[in-house]
Amino acid sequence: MRLEVKKTYKLFIGGKFPRSESGRIYIVNNHKGEFLANVAKASRKDVRDSVVVARSAQSGWAGATPYNRGQVLYRIAEMLEGRREQFVAEIRELTGKNEKQANQEVDSAIDSWVWHAGWTDKIDAVAGNMNPVAGPFFNISTNQPTGVVAAFAPQDSSLVGLVNTIAPAIVSGNSVIAISSETLPICAVTLAEVLETSDLPGGVVNILTGNASELGSWLASHLDVNAIDLEGTSNAAELEMLAAENLKRVIRKGSYSRAGAKGSLQHILDLMETKTVWHPKGH
Amino acid sequence: MFDYSPAPESKDLVKFQASYGHFIGGKFTKPANTYSTINPATEQVLAEISHGAAKDVDSAVKAARTAYEKTWSKLNGATRGKYLYRIARIIQERSRELAVAETLNNGKPIKETRDVDIPLVASWFFYYAGWADKLDYAGLGANPRAHGVVSQIVPWNFPLMMLAWKIAPALAAGNTVVLKPAETTPLTALLFAEICQQAELPDGVVNIVTGFGDTGAMMVGHPDVNKIAFTGSTDVGRIIAKQIAGTDKKATLELGGKAANIVFEDAALDQAVEGIVNGIFFNQGHVCCAGSRLLVQESVQDVVIKKLKARMENIRLGDPMDKNTDIGAINSKEQLTKIDRLVKQGVKEGGQAWTPSCVIPKNGFWYAPTIITGVSPANTVVREEIFGPVLSVMTFRTPTEAVAKANNSQYGLSAGVWSEKGSRILKMADQLNAGVVWANTFNQFDPASPFGGFKESGYGREGGRHGLLSYLKGSN
Amino acid sequence: MPTIDPEAVVGSRITNQSLSRWLHSLPGVDKVGLEARTASLGTRSIKTASKAWALDMAIQMMDLTTLEGADTKERVRSLCLKAITPDPTDLTTPQPAAICVYGDMVKHAKDAIGKNKIHVAAVATAFPSGRASLPVKIADTKDAVNAGADEIDMVIDRGAFLSGNYLEVYKQILAVKAACVRKDGTRAHLKVILETGELETYDNIRRASYLAMLAGPDFIKTSTGKVSVNATLPITLLMLQAVKDWFDQTKIRIGVKPAGGIRTAKDAIKYLVVVKETAGEEWLTPKYFRFGASSLLNDVLMQRQKLTTGHYSGRDYVSVD
Repeated sequence: MRLEVKKTYKLFIGGKFPRSESGRIYIVNNHKGEFLANVAKASRKDVRDSVVVARSAQSGWAGATPYNRGQVLYRIAEMLEGRREQFVAEIRELTGKNEKQANQEVDSAIDSWVWHAGWTDKIDAVAGNMNPVAGPFFNISTNQPTGVVAAFAPQDSSLVGLVNTIAPAIVSGNSVIAISSETLPICAVTLAEVLETSDLPGGVVNILTGNASELGSWLASHLDVNAIDLEGTSNAAELEMLAAENLKRVIRKGSYSRAGAKGSLQHILDLMETKTVWHPKGH
Repeated sequence: MFDYSPAPESKDLVKFQASYGHFIGGKFTKPANTYSTINPATEQVLAEISHGAAKDVDSAVKAARTAYEKTWSKLNGATRGKYLYRIARIIQERSRELAVAETLNNGKPIKETRDVDIPLVASWFFYYAGWADKLDYAGLGANPRAHGVVSQIVPWNFPLMMLAWKIAPALAAGNTVVLKPAETTPLTALLFAEICQQAELPDGVVNIVTGFGDTGAMMVGHPDVNKIAFTGSTDVGRIIAKQIAGTDKKATLELGGKAANIVFEDAALDQAVEGIVNGIFFNQGHVCCAGSRLLVQESVQDVVIKKLKARMENIRLGDPMDKNTDIGAINSKEQLTKIDRLVKQGVKEGGQAWTPSCVIPKNGFWYAPTIITGVSPANTVVREEIFGPVLSVMTFRTPTEAVAKANNSQYGLSAGVWSEKGSRILKMADQLNAGVVWANTFNQFDPASPFGGFKESGYGREGGRHGLLSYLKGSN
Repeated sequence: MPTIDPEAVVGSRITNQSLSRWLHSLPGVDKVGLEARTASLGTRSIKTASKAWALDMAIQMMDLTTLEGADTKERVRSLCLKAITPDPTDLTTPQPAAICVYGDMVKHAKDAIGKNKIHVAAVATAFPSGRASLPVKIADTKDAVNAGADEIDMVIDRGAFLSGNYLEVYKQILAVKAACVRKDGTRAHLKVILETGELETYDNIRRASYLAMLAGPDFIKTSTGKVSVNATLPITLLMLQAVKDWFDQTKIRIGVKPAGGIRTAKDAIKYLVVVKETAGEEWLTPKYFRFGASSLLNDVLMQRQKLTTGHYSGRDYVSVD
């Protein structure tokens, strides 16, 4: 009988896999209540470090051509597809889903990623435009990423919910600090491994496992975070109040379904800013 | 002193079959009624190609119709998109092979196929792959429908790139296609058919029928075709428009051009000179949107022409497979004859032709980059599309005069404006009757950017959301 | 040597106003277009015989450089010996054009170079920042010239340039040029460093090039190598365009030296392509084009070795200097 080499579950910050600076872990059990893993429990300092790294990586990611971002996102889908069996096994362990259900969830996650990949170079074609102002002016509105996004993945989903939380943020060139589901964190770490092998620049996506309530207030009040997605939180109203300090853009809990094979353009646009430019026309 | 040694790309990167049939219903037919396709730089035969007859066209349209009804229209957009993503990836994987194939069959330099043509082919498929499941956002309301079966005819100047411009949006929108490459450049389309097989594209979604103008006419006239997409000469475009008049068939036409490249005295002069060179000598001038008329402000005429001539001395003409070649072969003897005739006409009418020193190879079809000065709007070389590396030079004094001269053409595909003053550029863009205006740049193409002409340069756009529209019902 | 009349070039007496008018009347530079042209030239494929020629020329064009606070007599001597015998396994290897050191190292370099034809170039004028009074910068220059420097690499006053005080920049160059004149009436060769990384825009770099050329140096040079952005291909192309236009206008040929950040033979060959296809072959000589580099030499030597032996070389087969 061959003894399996068990995986260590760490945080994903700046393209690397550190343990929590607090040294803490918490126990994650499978759906039968049996021990599954000791998972890193992120602290406020991990949050602090993630925001620094996310900010630093954001301008490079936003400065890449939309075509290039689309290529990277498509590659993530390629890597996800290649790791299908591992995700299916993890989902089944965590949730007790049968093979068909688990495969359906993985299908949705991969297909949603592909759906998002196709948006990078089309957002402005649909949501940007020239404005027909009453004067001799060239006037155009375009959409640009808001910057650093803090996002809480739904608590009840192991994979597809997290995908539908991260992808809409980074499509347009934001960087993101994503807090995974507390009880279903295993796929989040495997997803981090997928991201790391996909040409995605380090720091664009950071994934922290741990307690959303503990980490929530630090992210919601952080002045260097531009937007917050409250889907996976249990104290959303309180966090929205904290977020108001620097007028963060807020996505309230329940705004968008996170279970499907597609996302929503409005979700993407919620994490962007419209810029309007004027220029006179005349010889 | 510093002469560049030969730096040939390897011909072995591509292997052509001795002969090709058509690609119908997912399979290659037996070669029949064949003709030779050559390498215009050496005049060597590359392969035997089938000349499509009525039964071949009919068989292809039937395969496309069956695929549309039974398979393609039943797949959701996400699945169509995934097929297109697969095709895009395989094109990337085989990109060097495709670049070599295109250079051998077309005569254009490997530097261009490698750095411009093939990357654009891949990006076009990537871009439209992403639209397949987002048709609700095209601007035609929810659930827009495809036309059905589309006949597509592409020219010889950018064979695989034009194929991509046609097939990618058509398939993304849910159509199936029958495509005919130009008679002199069929090979990359046939390699593309192999790529469709590697991507496991359902049979009949893409069909390739090779042949001549008569084959194309049959594809246009076939009763079970819903839409035509054509890129080529205005003369043939006119014939097609007449052929479908009174029918239900939709058409988009990308035709000829005679673009004005306008250089103001306050232009960034060195970059403007690069833009002039790029505008007319890229792809040997075989470009519908080529900047073939230079309109230079009279006050800077001397310095611009001087810099242009000096710059032209650095253009390297020769073996297209050499990585340092800038200008390759003219695609056919027929085209070479036409260019020569028109330039001679230009000189006869009083123009002065100038070329830099150029060694012309013995075999193959070649034309040295040429500028013709001392011509005016009444001259043949200013009015007619030459489709070769020949620039006609005129001057202007004021912006109004520049606009008048630029617009004085039956064509309206593109225009270039060179100035450091933003308000002037934007005003010119407003006034120029051209479908594409390039300011302080030229010959920029991107799958996200709509391309197409005014007036006799055709109608319809390729690229961007606009490019998708023409493949959906509810739009022309 | 031909000279120009600056007033004739500028079109009036030299004042800050006339210089400003003249410089701002030069054609602008489009960044995207310039960088696209440079990238296109970067795809030239230089092989076999042309590669061998280019590698040898790259060595002959090098100002082999050490500009560290920690430089000592022995460090400078070691570099000079490397310049004299770059590759002991292949004595056909040419020598670089010059050694480039700080002014107080000149005498050590001169001793070590001895009778070899390699020049000793000294950086001067409070290199790299240039932030000192003019008398201090002149004294710095004179010390180097008196110690035997064949060439002087000076820096322009970027603060003066960026605040529009073009006359000050111009006068400083003239003063340093005068300080290059030796007691016997000969003059040390003068390169003017623009510090293009601090000037930031291509429009500024074109103007600084013209301002420097007006003062009549032998070379214009991109950078000190001591800031984050040093020599780049687009900047060098722009400066080569400037010297070519200057020659067309005045019949005076001025050289160009990119310095800092050129580490590989591949890069060096790209620069030579840019020289050939911009200014022209007349500039393809150490008299009119130099590389300011240090680690470049070893990479070029390894490429030379590969051309000779047919296999890739390694760090153990070239000397540390």
